[in-house]
Amino acid sequence: MTAFAPAAPAAVQPRLRSRFLQKFMGNKGALIGAAILILFILIALLAPWIAPADPLKANFLSVRKAPSAEFWFGTDELGRDILSRLIWGARSSLLAGGVSVAIAMAIGVPLGLIAGYFGGKLDALISHVMEALLSCPFLVLAIALGAFLGPSLTNAMIAIGLSAMPIFARLTRGQVLSIRHEDYLEGARAIGLPDRWIVLRYVLPNVLPPLVVQATLTIASAILAEASLSFLGLGQQPPAPSWGSMLNTAKNFLEQAPWMSIVPGIAIYVTVLCFNLVGDGLRDALDPKS
Amino acid sequence: MIPVRLLTGALLLTLGTSAVAETTLRIGIQDDPDVLDPHRSRTYAGRLVYAALCDKLVDVTPKLTYDPDLATSWSWSDDNQTLTMKLRDGVTFHDGEPFNAEAVKYNLERARTLPDSLRKSELASVDNVEVVGPLTVAIHVKQPDATLISQLSDRAGMMLSPKAAEGDFASHPVCSGPYKFDQRVQQDRIVLSRFDNHWSKAAYHFDKVVYLPIPDTSVRLANLRSGDLDIIERVAPTDVKTAKADSNLQVFNTPGLGYMQLIVNVANGEKANNPMGQDKRVRKAFELAIDREAINQVVFEGLYAPSNQPFPKDSSYFDESLPMPARDVEKSKALLAEAGVKMPVNVQLTVANNPIAQQVGQIIQAMTSEAGFNVNLVATEYATLLSEQQAGNFQIGMSAWSGRPDPDGDVHQFVTCKGAQNDGHACFPELDELLNKARTVNDEAQRKELYSKALRIIADQDANIYLYFDPRIIAMNKKVSGFVPNPDGIIRLKDVQFAQ
Amino acid sequence: MLTFILRRLLSAIPTLILVSLFVFTLQKLLPGDPVLAMAGEERDPAVVNYLREKYHLNDPMPIQYLSWAKGALTGDLGMSLRTEQPVSQLILSKLPVTIELAVLALLVALLIGIPTGIVSAIRKGTALDYGANVVALSGISIPNFWLGIVLIMIFAVKLQWLPASGFVPFSESPSRNLQTLLLPAFVLGTGLAGTLMRHTRGAMLEVLRSDYVRTARAKGLFPMAVVLKHAFRNALMPIVTMTTLLFGELLGGAVLTEQVFSIPGFGKMIVDAVFNRDYSVVQGVVLCVAIGFVLLNLLADVLYRLINPRLRNAA
Repeated sequence: MTAFAPAAPAAVQPRLRSRFLQKFMGNKGALIGAAILILFILIALLAPWIAPADPLKANFLSVRKAPSAEFWFGTDELGRDILSRLIWGARSSLLAGGVSVAIAMAIGVPLGLIAGYFGGKLDALISHVMEALLSCPFLVLAIALGAFLGPSLTNAMIAIGLSAMPIFARLTRGQVLSIRHEDYLEGARAIGLPDRWIVLRYVLPNVLPPLVVQATLTIASAILAEASLSFLGLGQQPPAPSWGSMLNTAKNFLEQAPWMSIVPGIAIYVTVLCFNLVGDGLRDALDPKS
Repeated sequence: MIPVRLLTGALLLTLGTSAVAETTLRIGIQDDPDVLDPHRSRTYAGRLVYAALCDKLVDVTPKLTYDPDLATSWSWSDDNQTLTMKLRDGVTFHDGEPFNAEAVKYNLERARTLPDSLRKSELASVDNVEVVGPLTVAIHVKQPDATLISQLSDRAGMMLSPKAAEGDFASHPVCSGPYKFDQRVQQDRIVLSRFDNHWSKAAYHFDKVVYLPIPDTSVRLANLRSGDLDIIERVAPTDVKTAKADSNLQVFNTPGLGYMQLIVNVANGEKANNPMGQDKRVRKAFELAIDREAINQVVFEGLYAPSNQPFPKDSSYFDESLPMPARDVEKSKALLAEAGVKMPVNVQLTVANNPIAQQVGQIIQAMTSEAGFNVNLVATEYATLLSEQQAGNFQIGMSAWSGRPDPDGDVHQFVTCKGAQNDGHACFPELDELLNKARTVNDEAQRKELYSKALRIIADQDANIYLYFDPRIIAMNKKVSGFVPNPDGIIRLKDVQFAQ
Repeated sequence: MLTFILRRLLSAIPTLILVSLFVFTLQKLLPGDPVLAMAGEERDPAVVNYLREKYHLNDPMPIQYLSWAKGALTGDLGMSLRTEQPVSQLILSKLPVTIELAVLALLVALLIGIPTGIVSAIRKGTALDYGANVVALSGISIPNFWLGIVLIMIFAVKLQWLPASGFVPFSESPSRNLQTLLLPAFVLGTGLAGTLMRHTRGAMLEVLRSDYVRTARAKGLFPMAVVLKHAFRNALMPIVTMTTLLFGELLGGAVLTEQVFSIPGFGKMIVDAVFNRDYSVVQGVVLCVAIGFVLLNLLADVLYRLINPRLRNAA
């Protein structure tokens, strides 16, 4: 009996994994997306070594210079090299995406597990609170939280994480409900394994795949949300760059220095697009129907 | 509303003036005014609207002297305890109520006693208002007040219809200005229309004046260029080149009254306990590390006026003999060495979280780092900024002041020990004495001497470091003629018209 | 069905109470003092105190909340601290703007999303399908506000074809009204078009796989006729459901687009209100958006049940 329960998920996994990899590799869009993302992550990690200039070094003699051989993407309102700021800004933007989703999952998934697994009054309470949070518009919630916590990148990440949290709670709960009466869970319960053990050992691994897909897609919207908050002045604070805060200053120079807004905008767009492509690829690969 | 419109339409038809097309002047303003009640309102945008909506007792000229408006003449008694004003005859409010000495008394009382009046401090010196005759009032003051006329040239001197002021005034303001209130859509528009019984109606040429709040400076300019607006105010310095290059536009760049200053927390709570708060040499070192002209060039295209004092160059109180210190990094380092502080000196600089303030903050950060300061820039939203500064939760705060025509309003409340805006709690008794005295002296030369002494103390202590004055940049379509710019940036519509 | 609707409406009540409580608490936790900002440049302490009293900001929090809730039940959402207008009146004046923008944006989304969705479903696996997919994903991935800025740069600043921003009410001038809303509706619409296209594609694929379409095909009907007459009609309902949900998102989701284009709608109002700490406005708008959201969700569910007999019987 003890051998039976863990065997069930374990047995299907190798097969699942190879089929999943095969399908994911067959998806060109997802592969390209993943490749570009890896490149961006490398760029962000290697920023100190590959950035051609100091992203914070102001140069009052070369303010708002158009792209040239010296400054590939031009300079900004304080004469800083936009390429270098873009490279360093990748750090904040990617970090914002990753950390805020981590926060969202760290809170949302346990809540969803509890609600789904235990049910009853606890479930009703959690579900109602999540429902309430979901019916506040995402950005409004993030703006209010951002204003509450004070403008900074860390606080923006917390705000975005908290606003995205209910999605994970709801998704997890739904997944748990759908497998709640599977044999291996009934079995594990029947032999009196502690709930905590069951949830972590049997429930969580089985609800994980859709969560991974959701996480990838949420990173995409979290990066957009960070850009939006920075655009409103609630994200990364100067002089440190993030793509959103670069856009926030750039919007004052649309006519005088259009390159200031075009470059970071494209960076955000490409990154978010790649996360979406990868998310799609993962979903298709994990979907048992197709 | 509709029947009234129809009626006016019919009247116009019978008068035969319907052949003349209705003229509408559209003015783009930076933000939406708050309550439209001069005694209770606080925004600069509100003052822009009042310029057309409400008459004042006196008006301030481009040279910062005072001209008659509803008061045709005024004089101080010999002991400077009573200001007597003669009022204009034949003036009516938009609702038909007459303007007279009773109305002046009512308005000044209202401004002084309304619980949420923001004009109380401006009229603090007023003891009582006496109706001497139908068109003569005497304002008795508690102590001589050299600033009173200047206060009456702004919202404290605006005259509301006493009847309307008793009701819900803000939703339908009634004054006696050349244009009367028509309609307001929050955050969208304020529509005024010509007041046919205005005492100087021949000088006003539009049937309608519409104020449209558009916060984004470049968007405001784009609307002006496309012809959707006729006038815009607060043009961004970086947009001036574009505006000037457009052959359909004219740009007025007038030195303004508003300035930017750094306020150092020297005695307001825990955050004052550091070298910056305790040692004026460290503050001087900070000031010397800043190149005001470079800020002007980089951020403001050289259009602003760098300054180390709170009075504009055009003011007669501007002190020529107090030169603006040039940037001197060596001296700054020497001062820091002399003060024996631990290097680098960590400083927190709080700025508003708008791009311009942040840009200036970043330049200060870069410049002072060369002298050995390590500036941590803290961008804070406006609403939080105010309460944080008041609570002493700041080390250096960068804040803007819109400026007043009288020197008192630019300095007293910021640097006196109990000043309402003295967030750093700097307190120098001799400075208080000088500035309090300057309030009571009517003689300009004498006053100027008092302010000169005060400015030297401020410059020596460096608890308030002045950076620059911002000009009032107004752009308009070339078809608009007759506009006279004023340092206060208010758009007065007298004689303004579309070229034929 | 009626009991279903009633049950859903009843269960929405605690949600709405929670939303209002949550927003209330959050706001009271916000640093910054609305009164200080209201008291003008001089910040006269006597005025500050008076205003705190006037707006009952000195009362204990539970009392403040209860008195707000009492008013809200009777439709009185309090007064805006900033402009002293009743919040309900403010909301009523902004609602038409936001709804018009949302409708136009949906129109854009439908016009782009549905045809591309159908085409890529029929041509599944071809370059056309991939192309449409990337375009759809692009719509979702482009930051709205940035697209807005770029479009302003092109159409208003460079070409001067359209006004850069601002809003003219429909009642004032229908043509100028449409001109001012064209760019913002497009910006919002492209984002939704992506979502809609993907849903259309999914729904169409499902239907195309089904037996009766195969039969129709076997009967030798023209492919186009099959697609439009049989497949699309059956795929339509999930699309309608999706559209309803998207509309709900638009109510609160146009925040930045309204900001960029200075459209005086809900989004702009709420951002301004948060920054000005105009408590009752934030509170009122969020409540309204939440109600709209709940109702549209319910509508989507009802529509879904209507077309899905299995669920209908289950209820």
